[in-house]
Amino acid sequence: MSQHSRFKITRRALMIVGAASAASLGLPRLATAGRDGESPTSAPAADDKAATAEVAFTVNGVPRRFTADTRLTLLDALREQLQLTGTKKGCDHGQCGACTVMVNGRRVNACLSLAVMHEGDEITTVEGLGTPDNLDPMQAAFIEHDGYQCGYCTPGQICSAKATLEEIRAGVPSHVTADLNAPMKVTPEEIRERMSGNICRCGAYANILDAVQDVAGGQS
Amino acid sequence: MRFDKPAGRNPADRGTVLGQPLPRIDGPLKTTGTAPYAYERHDVASGQLVGYPVGAAIAKGRIRSMDTRAAKAAPGVVAVITTLDMDRLPKARMNVAYLFGGRDIQHYHQAIAVVVADTFERARAAAALIRTDYDEDKSTSFDLAEQRRAHQDDEVEPMAKVGDFHRAFAEAPVQLDQTYTTPGQSHAQMEPHASIAEWKDGALTLWSANQMIEWSKQALAKAFDLPAEKVRLDSPYIGGGFGAKLFLRADAVLAAVAARETGRPVKVALPRPLIANNATHRGLTIQRIRIGTDRDGRITAIGHDNTTNTLPGGDGENGAAPTRHFYAGANRLLVHRPLEMHLPESNAMRAPGETAGLMALEVAMDEMAEKLNMDPVAFRVLNDTQVDPDNPERPFSERHFVECLERGAERFGWNERNRKPGARREGQWLIGHGVAGAYRGAPVQASGARVRLKPDGTVRVDTDMTDIGTGSYTIIAQTAAEMLGVPLDAVDVGLGDSDAPASAGSGGQWGAASSTAGVYAACVALRNTIAERLDADPEDLSFADGQVRHGDRRTPLTEVGGGEELVAEDKIEFGDFRSKEYLLATFGAHFVEVGVHAATGEIRVRRMLAVCDAGRILNPVTARSQVIGAMTMGVGAALMEELAVDTRYGFFANHDLAGYEVPVHADIPEQEVIFLEGEDPYSTPLKAKGVGELGICGVSAAVANAVHNATGVRVRDYPVTLDKLLDGLPEVV
Repeated sequence: MSQHSRFKITRRALMIVGAASAASLGLPRLATAGRDGESPTSAPAADDKAATAEVAFTVNGVPRRFTADTRLTLLDALREQLQLTGTKKGCDHGQCGACTVMVNGRRVNACLSLAVMHEGDEITTVEGLGTPDNLDPMQAAFIEHDGYQCGYCTPGQICSAKATLEEIRAGVPSHVTADLNAPMKVTPEEIRERMSGNICRCGAYANILDAVQDVAGGQS
Repeated sequence: MRFDKPAGRNPADRGTVLGQPLPRIDGPLKTTGTAPYAYERHDVASGQLVGYPVGAAIAKGRIRSMDTRAAKAAPGVVAVITTLDMDRLPKARMNVAYLFGGRDIQHYHQAIAVVVADTFERARAAAALIRTDYDEDKSTSFDLAEQRRAHQDDEVEPMAKVGDFHRAFAEAPVQLDQTYTTPGQSHAQMEPHASIAEWKDGALTLWSANQMIEWSKQALAKAFDLPAEKVRLDSPYIGGGFGAKLFLRADAVLAAVAARETGRPVKVALPRPLIANNATHRGLTIQRIRIGTDRDGRITAIGHDNTTNTLPGGDGENGAAPTRHFYAGANRLLVHRPLEMHLPESNAMRAPGETAGLMALEVAMDEMAEKLNMDPVAFRVLNDTQVDPDNPERPFSERHFVECLERGAERFGWNERNRKPGARREGQWLIGHGVAGAYRGAPVQASGARVRLKPDGTVRVDTDMTDIGTGSYTIIAQTAAEMLGVPLDAVDVGLGDSDAPASAGSGGQWGAASSTAGVYAACVALRNTIAERLDADPEDLSFADGQVRHGDRRTPLTEVGGGEELVAEDKIEFGDFRSKEYLLATFGAHFVEVGVHAATGEIRVRRMLAVCDAGRILNPVTARSQVIGAMTMGVGAALMEELAVDTRYGFFANHDLAGYEVPVHADIPEQEVIFLEGEDPYSTPLKAKGVGELGICGVSAAVANAVHNATGVRVRDYPVTLDKLLDGLPEVV
């Protein structure tokens, strides 16, 4: 217990810090207890003093607004609050990439990002790319090249693969880019490097590479 | 249906659908994120609460007390259930450690509490408030090498003994006596262990991630003292297993306990940092291998002494297993020495025994070839055997190991390799090539299925078989399509539900061969039903293009039921000729090229080839994926995977995906897989065997041998990391 008391922050202090941050960073206004009426049933009942906040962002083009526990990750907001379970939780610590989604066109690990940080953001998840009857070309390529096995890392791989091609197209360099002044090319080395934050324990890497190259070839 | 003699020709031999390289039928769901995994079942059991588990902070001892007051008072908390609230829950035989209940702690991070709240955030926060006071037993050692030194060589009964090993080895003109070590390895499957539990009218339903539905249904019944029919398990999609989800785990038990206590459905996932120590791992091994040959390289004596860690009652990782049957040699001594230690539970991980065993044996074979100044391919070919060396009366049903080696060598360009270690260089990289053999048994298990022919001519197959990424959905649909003469997209497959007939499940490389044989049996039963309806001899019927053909008569499948659904159920059971009269196994050869940086020792795998001999391949796409995935895991085992033991406290220190490194995209090069054409009629009616475990066997040794060929440095302590090479690298000119 002694360790805890050493770092004890009073709730009042936390509120002041929180309010200041919210003001300066444009974060959503912090709510305290007693906002039950506005909370969807899946949000915590506000029977305690823990902070909740309203947050609004769009997911796959659909505006969403809800009251969030400020500890709620973007990942759990998607999976639990909004019940969009295509985005997967593999480690919850930014180590595996299964939760990769696009925020304002850039890929992020949704588990390393709090929901309340995304006020006004445009979020795209695997559900926003295609459906079983109307597949995105990347999804179709993963099927054609068997770029998955158990399927659990797959939505993250597909989001990352699409972002990888966008990043190369936009000229964003990577660790293996040899010449920063030359036009960026879609090479196996670039794809492998840029996809390395997405672990596939089933080991479908060689097939995923084929799928991504296939899509890249079709687009160039 | 009993499988009592080798398979003759049958309708599955046509190969119009079965054996074809077809894409997975579950692909559209998996690639769109619409395949539901256990923790995501918002569609079942409304009003789910969230349980957050707490693990023990000691490896051995007793809990004196737990203070849960703060946790119980925390916001949103519905219940706090500790291990002190109940007696030990009875465990199934397959589990070594107890999963929950009682004061005694057997291993680090053993579950000691579950905190149930209305949200994940609140359950997690409250779980951190529990204070536990332990009476820690500090008398125990967590150092396997130290434990091994405390035991005599002859203290355990050998697992196999043929001829006079000691004498033959002493007399052998060429001898090798080396010791190899492999660390603990973690399955690290992408989907954490997870379950949702609901109790209704005294019956328990569990939506869970589980490879073996029937085993785990029985285990749940035992744990909660229920008749088995009061337990339902549903596991349609499983985010990887590799053995981690073979048995009931803490997530399932905690969810069930919490749901019973609260009267509401509860879901529990094991947090990633809890998994390595709470769940199972591949045990550590210390393997002493002795090989004696005559001057021509024929093995006269082979000894394999394996030491591994296990909790009391377990068996650990038996590295000596493959040596029993792989190479010839008249004098043999195999010892398996599981030492009781209170590290977490060592249990099955992909090709248990063979994986760690071949990591050692296939390096020893490479070293022996070097001593003999023989090509390592030729040395293995010379020591091939067509009979079980453990029991020469028993032949292998099919064994094409030599063909694997020879075809692989030709395809890989083996003869072009550098023969002198450390002598080939491209720029800053030392280039090396390595080979290793692969051996894995071909077990089967009884397996059942139910097949329905619907009035619209489509087919539905139900079995509690699981698809853990292996391709079960697809090969089962292919089997039914072939047997009933319908297109693949006319077959719908339901898996993982304990309400369906019990199957072999996914384990031991038996899943594909056994479950498709079970579906074959059910389809034969359905064909018989149809024959009866048509008043025909089943032997005279053929099924194709959605029709039943009987002489000149053609009846559409839409008509045979007369507007009703036709249902048949059966299971395949295997006679013991399959194991007693013949030895069934799968074989392979792996070839690997590595580059080792001449200055830093950094190791890069550049090229990999596997040649596999596993009977009929049911689907070359999914089978190849199994093998490339296993090759990838083998690269991990060779170069990076190691559960680092904290020998002071008895836990694995690197218990997450940042600390426990597995291969990523950048680590894996071009991979090629060749399946030898062939069938094994002794195996199943479909003449198939498994490949998912064969694929990892020998891979790591091929990598290690390639590193030796590149550098001249022989590393016998896995993983082969650059720090173990630096002192021995050739001089940089």
